[in-house]
Amino acid sequence: MNDAARSKVTEDGTTGRSLTIQLVAILLALAAFAIWLATANLSSTERATLNLSNLLAYTGEHLALTFVSIIIVLVITIPLGILLTRQPFVRASGTILAIANFGQAAPIIGLVVLLAFWLGFTFWTAVVALVAYAALPVLRNTMIGIQSVDAQLVEAGRGMGMSATSVLLRVELPLAVPVMLSGIRTALVLVVGSATLATFIGAGGLGLLITTGVNLFLPSVLVSGALLVALLALFIDWIGRVFEHYARPKGL
Amino acid sequence: MSATNTTQSNDQASRTILLDKVTKHYPGQLKPAVDCLTLEIPAGKIVMLVGPSGCGKTTTLKMINRLIEPTSGRIMLGDEDVTDLDGDKLRRRMGYVIQAGGLFPHMTVAANIAIVPKMLGWSKDAISKRIDELLDLVSLDPALYRDRYPKELSGGQQQRVGVARALAADPPVLLMDEPFGAVDPITRQRLQDELIRIQEEVQKTIVFVTHDFDEAVKLGDWIVIFGEGGQIVQYDSPERILAQPANDFVEDFIGAGAGLKQLTLARVRDVQLDDAVTASPGEKGTDVLARVQQANHDYAVIIDRRGRPISWLSRRQLSRLDTISQSEKPDLPLVAEGSTLNDALDAMLASRLGAALVTNRSKALVGVITFDIVMKSINQLRADVQTADDESPVGTNTDSPEVAEVPNE
Repeated sequence: MNDAARSKVTEDGTTGRSLTIQLVAILLALAAFAIWLATANLSSTERATLNLSNLLAYTGEHLALTFVSIIIVLVITIPLGILLTRQPFVRASGTILAIANFGQAAPIIGLVVLLAFWLGFTFWTAVVALVAYAALPVLRNTMIGIQSVDAQLVEAGRGMGMSATSVLLRVELPLAVPVMLSGIRTALVLVVGSATLATFIGAGGLGLLITTGVNLFLPSVLVSGALLVALLALFIDWIGRVFEHYARPKGL
Repeated sequence: MSATNTTQSNDQASRTILLDKVTKHYPGQLKPAVDCLTLEIPAGKIVMLVGPSGCGKTTTLKMINRLIEPTSGRIMLGDEDVTDLDGDKLRRRMGYVIQAGGLFPHMTVAANIAIVPKMLGWSKDAISKRIDELLDLVSLDPALYRDRYPKELSGGQQQRVGVARALAADPPVLLMDEPFGAVDPITRQRLQDELIRIQEEVQKTIVFVTHDFDEAVKLGDWIVIFGEGGQIVQYDSPERILAQPANDFVEDFIGAGAGLKQLTLARVRDVQLDDAVTASPGEKGTDVLARVQQANHDYAVIIDRRGRPISWLSRRQLSRLDTISQSEKPDLPLVAEGSTLNDALDAMLASRLGAALVTNRSKALVGVITFDIVMKSINQLRADVQTADDESPVGTNTDSPEVAEVPNE
């Protein structure tokens, strides 16, 4: 085995270990939370808020917000990112990136509330805000991933008689996958965190626990909500990492 | 050349390439990168395009497979005008090799080689067979290398796979754009030797861009020397360019040591070698000495049972020996038959006897090469150049297309 192959193996080993550690930590924290919930001396209001079916419903809403948003982000930004690396659209890339940047730079809470006045206090308004917020990392990483493919390889492909589309699909995109996936993971984690704010416009999610905790001064509900959001974000990040690890093209 | 012309209907056979008054004018540039170039590239030959950077050699190469679209002019492949053919389809019929191979890192060696045959719709079995064949051709063991990824190969191996990939669909034409520019000098030499060997087998029409004049002399059947703006300064055989550079520009480009470079054009196997008196270990010194004196030689070569030279004894050494020992002399001046005269001269200079022993593939002695032989052959080379017929292919620039020479093929 040569050096390159050996270093790949050790790299795999470290990634695998850190993935295991992350999962174990998440599961331990979840177990600790479950034990606390079962044994703690809680008031009846707290009990009513923190019962299992409620928790599952909030988590479900939260996940729905997250995945609907992220799927819309992917559907819009990946083709857009690809298009912006093609002639003659390269010239528009500066403008589009500036817009995407604006979406991310605007405070998400402001975005959610302002959009709600315009589009109504609904699930889909929250989705629109989250999409605007999470578009940039996916768009930017799609573009960077494609742009950073060695120009020589593109020329080699064209020189062999591959069409521009075929070079894109068989050379540029596969080689851009690692960078694109890391952008998608970043966006996912952003969305999971930000979806907490959907509760302010009545779009549900785990943020409800936090607002309830604050409004009724129930610290245990507040902390439970925060903890569950954090664990969910970590878990989604973990899934993203696993996916990145196995979807990375071999040979890189 | 004439032999291959008869088989031009077959796409696999090498073909003559003809650039007919081709110009490339980049927008926003005052002067054209290539100016009304007419260039004939004979079928089955290696034509080297050399010149300083920015001289238009790479542009010329890329116009052949239309990675760069010419502004005006026609491009012929054999009898076929390919100027208006679909670029992608045209390129599938031309092998293309770039620096460092340009292998796709996310595909195995086999997948890289299979790209063009797959596009051409070959069957799986045919492709698989072809991959093994090609890896054998470039001296890589298929069993070992088929399923490796490019990063698990050395630079030289990647370059070999690059050549194999370009040859995959057996194209009539191979375009090489400074392919050996990024490898170390020793690997580069090996790859060059390999290319010469492969070309003996496949007989493609090869257009090879390089900025290394020595590489051009070593590999080229013909050399095109470009000046500024795609102007052809000289298009000739390496022998004639070295012996009769067209002007100061070419002379400068050849650099110092044109005479020594001529020596790289001839191989030891092409010259008449001297015989040597040979003897085996165990023979009596005086017997061998007698044979040496009879042949009027100055020395005897001691060879082992398989004919391999082990030492080299002068008359004086022979006269002092009782029986010839088996001891090997480690630093014998040995050259292989396939070496250039330049290598042979180098070996001779290192030996005190002003000669070198020539061995064949199995390292057995075939003869002795001396300064005299080298001198004689260089004189012969020069004489040949003087008397050679003017048969070099057409290569001109012309500003007035009406008077451009059109070869009557």
